[in-house]
Amino acid sequence: MLHQLKNGSCTVQELYAQCANRVQVIKSLNAYIRVTDEVSQVQLQESTTRYLKGTTRLMEGIPIAIKDNFCTKNITTTCASKMLENFVPTYNATVVERLLDSGAILMGKTNLDEFGMGSGTTESIFGPTKNIWGSNLISKANDIDNKVSGSQSDDFFIAGGSSGGSAVAVAAGSCSVALGSDTGGSVRNPASYCGVVGFKPSYGSISRYGLIPLVNSMDVPGILARTIGDCRSVFEVIKGCDPKDSTTLQRTLNKSKTKRSSSKFDKLCVGIPKEFYCPGLSSEVIDAWKDVADLLENSGFRVIQVSLPHTSYSIACYSVLNPCEVASNMARYDGLRYGYRATGKDLNSTESLYAANRSHALNQIVRGRILAGNYFLLKENYDKYFVQALKLRRLIYDDYVKMWSTGVDILLTPVTLSDAPLFSEFTEKDSRAQSADQDYCTQPANMAGIPALSLPVRLSKRNLPLSLQLMAPHFDDETLLDVAHLLEKELNFPHPTVKVA
Amino acid sequence: SVKIDSKTIEHLERLSLVDFANREGIRRLEEAIQFANQIHSVDTSAVKPLINVLYEEYIQSLREDCVTEGDIREEILSNATVTEEEYFFAPPGNIPLPDKD
Repeated sequence: MLHQLKNGSCTVQELYAQCANRVQVIKSLNAYIRVTDEVSQVQLQESTTRYLKGTTRLMEGIPIAIKDNFCTKNITTTCASKMLENFVPTYNATVVERLLDSGAILMGKTNLDEFGMGSGTTESIFGPTKNIWGSNLISKANDIDNKVSGSQSDDFFIAGGSSGGSAVAVAAGSCSVALGSDTGGSVRNPASYCGVVGFKPSYGSISRYGLIPLVNSMDVPGILARTIGDCRSVFEVIKGCDPKDSTTLQRTLNKSKTKRSSSKFDKLCVGIPKEFYCPGLSSEVIDAWKDVADLLENSGFRVIQVSLPHTSYSIACYSVLNPCEVASNMARYDGLRYGYRATGKDLNSTESLYAANRSHALNQIVRGRILAGNYFLLKENYDKYFVQALKLRRLIYDDYVKMWSTGVDILLTPVTLSDAPLFSEFTEKDSRAQSADQDYCTQPANMAGIPALSLPVRLSKRNLPLSLQLMAPHFDDETLLDVAHLLEKELNFPHPTVKVA
Repeated sequence: SVKIDSKTIEHLERLSLVDFANREGIRRLEEAIQFANQIHSVDTSAVKPLINVLYEEYIQSLREDCVTEGDIREEILSNATVTEEEYFFAPPGNIPLPDKD
């Protein structure tokens, strides 16, 4: 998209008009919490002027959407929660600032599961986000019936979560790229279901300043895009050390291993971890996994089976560490300095006021995790649960370090267990049980801090996207992107044709 | 399966202040604990806890002790529902929650 703008084959106004139109067309999907018309039109003016004058910046005129847990100055940022429904940040998150400073145009803030807790974008006060795939908004491909089969007419395929709004916004072409956040898979999961690229960079490579935190030791801002090229453009702009985030490192990312030899992919080794062959994995995902492994082998990679022995414990470990950090991070929501504040006669102590604010304005999932986190952090439980989980985290982390040291450069695994489920199926299980299944393949990368990417591969029998995941050693993001780029070219995944109003 | 005693539940509620010590909240909590109990089957006797994955590479950088921002009282107060002159406003503290009968 950037190329087309810069070489003049498409103007900024044309691109903006097309995206703005798509934003309207997809209203029923509920991808956007807030469409930022006034702001985007001002930005459009500036971009137009800069193209005329030849003073364009790196992302000039590129329409973006931002998950509504990134602070945007003077634009309400809600985290899809009643607690922050009227919260207007007085500053931009660093990644937002960098994008806007490079000329990006903000189309809007996108929907998410409340405070990022969920894997469906079904737990928002603004209602669920619907996947564009399987909806009546895309033209039917071939003769395959795209209708939702055997279910109620108001059922739909989920977008995945928690960055579902961003994934749908990108898939629908209402923006070129979007930001999401990934703590246990929240960028890769919706990317998988919506057939777009979902990239979670190395922990420590991107500033979290202004990203309303969920789990400080695992959160990473992530990028959703239709192509690896677009994904890269955003990464270039937003990555890098930030003095305002002390968990960003002052180091450059490792050079891509693919530049090592003239035959780009010779002697790079792809690992297939056997423990990712997990319960509930659909036969279509298994087939896609095999086929892409073969494709890599035929492209010159060495493909071998590897083992990451503690994989099956990762989700249980996460089920302790996540609520513990959540209990701490959610303690700030007392309603005094910002956020929802209850009114009433019995609220005459801070404790009763806080309890009222938090019970009225935080959903059951958030409150459940706060309770669980505080349970695991109780004196009598601290060693048994919290410290034990931290030790298990080191074992999981060490699995990866040991495996990379045997000469493996990239891992290929499933990302979600199947194509997108129907909302009616998805909501049969409660959120915690659902996340336990859905996050199986994604959250180990957050545990280990390594870069991971969801890449759309092909369509399923139901005409829904099937995706796979690539992972690389910590700070080998460039290698990861290069390998993903190669696959993208070979796979040629079909983007949806959106019915224009 | 996991069962939590009422004393612990009361204590948790005081720590969490989310008013979720009802049947649904307790059920969820017990399930979460049941699920988490899997971690006990792993032998971690010789293992050090991993607090942050940057540990190996991390050098805490320090900055000069100079004031670089501030003087933004209005902005800081702007999101508070209740303020009094230049103050955030809170009811009295150290009053415990009433006992649930």
